[in-house]
Amino acid sequence: MTSIKIIGSTALALLTGLSPALAQMTAVGDGEGQLNIVAWAGYIERGETDKAFDWVTKFEAASGCKVNVKTANTSDEMVALMNEGGFDLVTASGDASLRLIAGKRVQPVNTDLIPSWSKVDPRLQNASWHTVDGVHYGTPYLWGPNVLMYNTEVFKEPPTSWNVVFEKMDLPDGKSNEGRVQAYDGPIHIADAAQYLMFHKPELKITSPYELNEEQYAAALDLLRGQRALVGRYWHDAFIQMDDFKNEGVVASGSWPFQVGLLKSEGLPIGSVIPQEGATGWADTTMLHVDAANPNCAYKWMEHTLSSNLQSDLSVWFGGNPVVPAACTDGSGMQTAEGCTANGLDDFEKIRFWTTPVANCSQGEGACVPYYRWVSDYIGVIGGR
Amino acid sequence: MTAILPAKSVADRLTTLFWRKPKLLLILLITPPLLWLGVVYLGSLAALLMQSFYSIDEFSGMVIPEFTLKTYAELLRPQNYDVIFRTLLMSAAVTLGCAILGFPIAYYAARFARGRWKAVFYLGIMLPLWSSYLVKVYAWKLILAKEGIITWAAEATHTSGILNAILSLPGIGGGSLSTSYIGMFLVFVYVWLPYMILPMQASLERVPTSMLEASADLGATRAQTFRTVILPLALPGVIAGSIFTFSLTMGDYIIPQIVGNSANFIGMAVYQLQGTAGNIPLAAAFAVIPILIMLVYLWIAKRMGAFDAL
Repeated sequence: MTSIKIIGSTALALLTGLSPALAQMTAVGDGEGQLNIVAWAGYIERGETDKAFDWVTKFEAASGCKVNVKTANTSDEMVALMNEGGFDLVTASGDASLRLIAGKRVQPVNTDLIPSWSKVDPRLQNASWHTVDGVHYGTPYLWGPNVLMYNTEVFKEPPTSWNVVFEKMDLPDGKSNEGRVQAYDGPIHIADAAQYLMFHKPELKITSPYELNEEQYAAALDLLRGQRALVGRYWHDAFIQMDDFKNEGVVASGSWPFQVGLLKSEGLPIGSVIPQEGATGWADTTMLHVDAANPNCAYKWMEHTLSSNLQSDLSVWFGGNPVVPAACTDGSGMQTAEGCTANGLDDFEKIRFWTTPVANCSQGEGACVPYYRWVSDYIGVIGGR
Repeated sequence: MTAILPAKSVADRLTTLFWRKPKLLLILLITPPLLWLGVVYLGSLAALLMQSFYSIDEFSGMVIPEFTLKTYAELLRPQNYDVIFRTLLMSAAVTLGCAILGFPIAYYAARFARGRWKAVFYLGIMLPLWSSYLVKVYAWKLILAKEGIITWAAEATHTSGILNAILSLPGIGGGSLSTSYIGMFLVFVYVWLPYMILPMQASLERVPTSMLEASADLGATRAQTFRTVILPLALPGVIAGSIFTFSLTMGDYIIPQIVGNSANFIGMAVYQLQGTAGNIPLAAAFAVIPILIMLVYLWIAKRMGAFDAL
C-alpha cells in the first residue's frame, strides 16, 4: 500500500510539471490562447460596466489570450479558489498574499521577463507582502488608503485627527458627534484603533497595528468600546455607507477613496483626508499560480497590467493609486496628478498596509493576538460588551 | 391444446416482476429522493454537527479535527451568549408582533371578505412576496432613515416629540429608527407578515359556521364565541405561522446588517465566523443553536396541533 502511495505521489510530482517551488520562467513564449484570473469585483473591466473602462479587449486582440475572470468577494475566497487550482493569476491583497506564498500556491515571478517592472514605484518593488527573502511572488497592481471621509459643511477645515471618530466630542458645528460617525464593520478596524493609540499613547509601544500583544490589544478594544457609544451603525457595504452619509446624518467615518469619489461626483459636500496619525491601507498584487496552465499568457498579462494606460484608468475606476507613478501625470489615461493626490499618493509613508495578524510576530513566538480572536472580540465590541 | 405464446420482451418481464413484487417498484422509485434527503440534506447537517465538535488552534488559527466540547463552551462567552439571547428575543418579539397584526387581517379576509374583496386581500398579502427581499429591505432603510419620510412626516405634523421619546427608550432606541432595534423589528414584521397571515387565514376559514351558530343559539355573546370557539380552533394556524416567523427571523442575516445598530445576530455571526475568520467550528456551533431551538419549538407546536392546519 505504501509503495503504491509513493508511486502515486511520484507520478503526481512528474505530472505537475517537475517544478520545484523556486523554479521560475526564463522566457516568455507564445500565448496559450487563454488566461484564468481570480480578481476583486471591478478590478478587471472589459467595458461591460462602463464603456469607457476597458483594459481587456485590447489585450485579448494583441496577445491572443482570452481572459476569463472569476470574481471573489473576500481574501479567504481567493485563497480557497487558488488552493482548488485551475487558475493562472490572482489579485491578492496583503492578507492573502503571504498565505498563498506560505502555502506554496504561487510561484516566483522572473521580473526580467516583465519590461515594465522598472517603471513600478520603487517603494512597492520589494514590498514585504509579495517579496520573501528577496524573491518576488508577483507584480503590484493597485493600492489605496483607508481615508477619513467627512462632510465639508460640518468640517469647514479638514479634521486633523481620527479623534472625531474615536472620542466623544463636539464637532465644529457645535453638536456632539454621537450617532453622527461611523466605523468599519470588520475586525480589521481594530488595527485602525491600534494605529490611533500608536500616536496618542506611545507608552504602549505599539510598533505595528497588526502585531499587538495582549496589553496593546486590550487598550485597542477599550478605545473601540468607547467608539461603540458614538456609532449608530457600522459600515461594511460601500453603498450603504454612502446612503448613510446622504440620509442618516453621518458626517465622518473611515472610508475608501471609492466612496469619496462617487459621493463627490454626485455633488455632495464630501471631502477626505489622511489625518496626522496616518491611515491603514490595502495593496494588491497579481500573483502567478504554482501550476498555472497558461504561464505565457500570464506573463503577458502582468506586463500589460503595468502599462501606464491601464494603471491610469484602473486607478480612476476603483479609486486607488497606480503602482506605476508615471500613470498619474503622463496623461495616458483618465488619471491626473490631482486625482492621485486625492487618492493618497503622497501619503504612502503614512499608510500601514493590511496584513493578517498572526500569533507569531516580531514580538516573539505566540506573542501577538491572532486574527480569529480579533473576529470574536470585535463581535463582542459591536454587541456592546 | 397448447397455446403458443410469443417470447416475452424485457418490458413485459419487468412489468411482471413489478406486479409480482410491488415493493421492488416502490424501492426503485423512492431511492433517489431518499438518497437526496439522506446524503445531501441530512449529510450536510451531519457534517455541520461534526465540525462543531472540532476546535480551532489558539495560535495558528488552524482547525484541529479532534473531538472536543471546547467550541460549545465558547458559545457561553458573554459576547456569544449575547448574540443568541438577542436573536431569540428579536424572534419572539417579531412573532408576537406578526400574530397581533396578522390576526385581524386574516380574520377579516377569512370571514367577511367576499368575491372581489377576497381576491384583493389575497393579492395584498401575497404582493410583497413577489418583489425582491433585498429591495424591500433597502426601501425600509430609506423610509426609516434619520432624514427619511417618517422623520419628515413627524416634523410636518409637529409630532417629532413622540418619535424622539420612542427613540430615547433605553436598549431598543437609537439615533434614528433605521439604527435602532425598533426599526429592525418593524422591518422584520413587514417582511415575514405574509407567512403568518396565510396559515392563520387557512385555519380561520375551516372554522365551521354551524359551530358559531350553535354558540349563538346557546346564548353566547360575540366576545364569548370568539374566545371559546374561534380562537381555540384557529390556534393551530397561529402556531403554524409562528413557526415561519420565528425560524425565519432567527436565521436571517441580511436585515440585521442593513437596519439596526450592527449588533450581531446568529446568522450574521455564522456568516462572519466562517467567511472572514475561518473559525468554522464556532460557526457550526452557532448554526446548531437555531436547529435545537426549532426542534423544541416544533415539538411543542406538534403537541398543540399546528401541523393540522398546514
